[in-house]
Amino acid sequence: MTSTLTISRLTKTFDGVKALSDVSLRVDPGERVALLGHNGAGKSTMMKIILGLIAPDSGDIAICGVRPGDAAARSRVAYLPENAVFHPALTGLEQISYYMRLRGVAVSGAMDLLDRVGLAHAAKRRIGTYSKGMRQRVGLAQALIGQPTLLILDEPTSGLDPVSRRDFYDLLDTLAAEGAAFLLSSHALTEVEARTDRLLILSGGRMVAEGSLPELRHAAALPVAMHIRAMNGYAPDIMAAFPGAIRANDAIHLTCTQDEKLATLATISALQGKVSDLDVIPPSLEDIYSHFSRRDGQ
Amino acid sequence: MIARILATATTEIHIARRNRWVLIAVLLMVVFSLVLSAAGSAPSGALGADRLSVVVASLTSLSVYLVPLVALLMSFDAVAGEVERGTLPLVLTYPVARWEVLAGKFVAHTAILFTAILAGYGAAAAVTILADPAAVSGLGALWTLTWTSTLLGGTFLGIGYAASATARRVSGAAGLAIGLWLGLVVLYDLGLLAAVVADDGGAFTTRVFPVALLANPADAFRLFNLSALSATPVASGVGGAANAVPQWQSLASILIWPLVSLSFATLLFRKVEP
Repeated sequence: MTSTLTISRLTKTFDGVKALSDVSLRVDPGERVALLGHNGAGKSTMMKIILGLIAPDSGDIAICGVRPGDAAARSRVAYLPENAVFHPALTGLEQISYYMRLRGVAVSGAMDLLDRVGLAHAAKRRIGTYSKGMRQRVGLAQALIGQPTLLILDEPTSGLDPVSRRDFYDLLDTLAAEGAAFLLSSHALTEVEARTDRLLILSGGRMVAEGSLPELRHAAALPVAMHIRAMNGYAPDIMAAFPGAIRANDAIHLTCTQDEKLATLATISALQGKVSDLDVIPPSLEDIYSHFSRRDGQ
Repeated sequence: MIARILATATTEIHIARRNRWVLIAVLLMVVFSLVLSAAGSAPSGALGADRLSVVVASLTSLSVYLVPLVALLMSFDAVAGEVERGTLPLVLTYPVARWEVLAGKFVAHTAILFTAILAGYGAAAAVTILADPAAVSGLGALWTLTWTSTLLGGTFLGIGYAASATARRVSGAAGLAIGLWLGLVVLYDLGLLAAVVADDGGAFTTRVFPVALLANPADAFRLFNLSALSATPVASGVGGAANAVPQWQSLASILIWPLVSLSFATLLFRKVEP
């Protein structure tokens, strides 16, 4: 299978500051990849390089086998900028028709496209009167023009309400099933966790982690937390079984590594009759994310 | 290619219509043209020229200032505005070349400018011919003025785009555009005039002065129209030099300038990193 996007050893420096160093990645058709990293980690720079808007200092990039910025590459790649902005004097319909003409797509489908993102009712109003969420939908609509094979989405769900977010990811799933690949950045970790196939974490311009959530969880080797609720009066017994445990309120908190998890659970089940309830809390995506993207010196 | 240029042009016309730029340009041209034709057609009898030719001479002097100004006002926002609004990166990810984007804006702005010029000169001609039907003989000169004004406008649209791509900020681009207008249209002539007076008929006046006139798009425009007028007696001031320069030279300058300014603007636009 040929990849949709291949990047190898990409490096970009702005005025002596390394924005990206030695980044390599690969996105296959139909894959939904999330790009995570805090502000200034290099996400937007990487997106702009993939789009051909800025040139890298070194490294190779291929989009379906062509160089970014080539007309062939640009006709296959769609982009949704963070905070999509448009000329306020144009109506939604005019703006979308313009983008369709630029892609060589018949403008007769403009209303359908706006309907697909729920903007048909406002199509003939000026974009200047739109809310942020509506502008974001115009941005999404333009990214769907002409069946792109790679969509670069910079924080696509910022400004959308929860229902719209769900609709947006449903739309993404449909397109992914048709073979379109996605590279999206987001700060909303929970939705990324549920809706993407793979995560990439950038920190200080370096790719610090890559893989599916279970893979990252394993690689991070973060402790698993367990909260045990003791039957009346048996708390001291449980505390005795787990010397490292902390007693807080009514519950007993203990942590163990991934490898010790089963052994710990066996010990707890041996205390049957003394335990009334047990919660096992795996490290959250937030924990994994901050583990990998910890800033230098912290 | 053509489809993409026209797509941009259509969009720009929508924007200009909504922003009232079409209306402002047309009103400006009509009002000034009517005022000039009313004020300028009075002394025609003494000069032996038809009324419309006299009006054309006045309109030439007006257009030298007004057409570049309107063109710069329409164009200074072209690149800097898109950069500042943040709409440029998205457009540039589309399969469209930068020169095509600029060409689309150029087509739209030239069309608007042409409409405004046609409305202004048309109004002046209508008023003049109504007052004196014999003035119809000056229509040829008026048409020459119309298309040369459009080319002059085109030149300054290109200069405006270049300023816009250089400044990358709307406020900076506006300042640069006004500065260029002042320099190329007003101060350039004053400088030449001062030099000619100081030179007192020496080498500067005979050798450098005609070239200096041709090198400036506004002066070439004035030279060409005044020498084209049958009513050269109405030509005065810098126009007095009109006969010293062959007409094909001023025509060449008028035709080449829009290409030069637009190519220069494209070159600068290519350097803009979104």
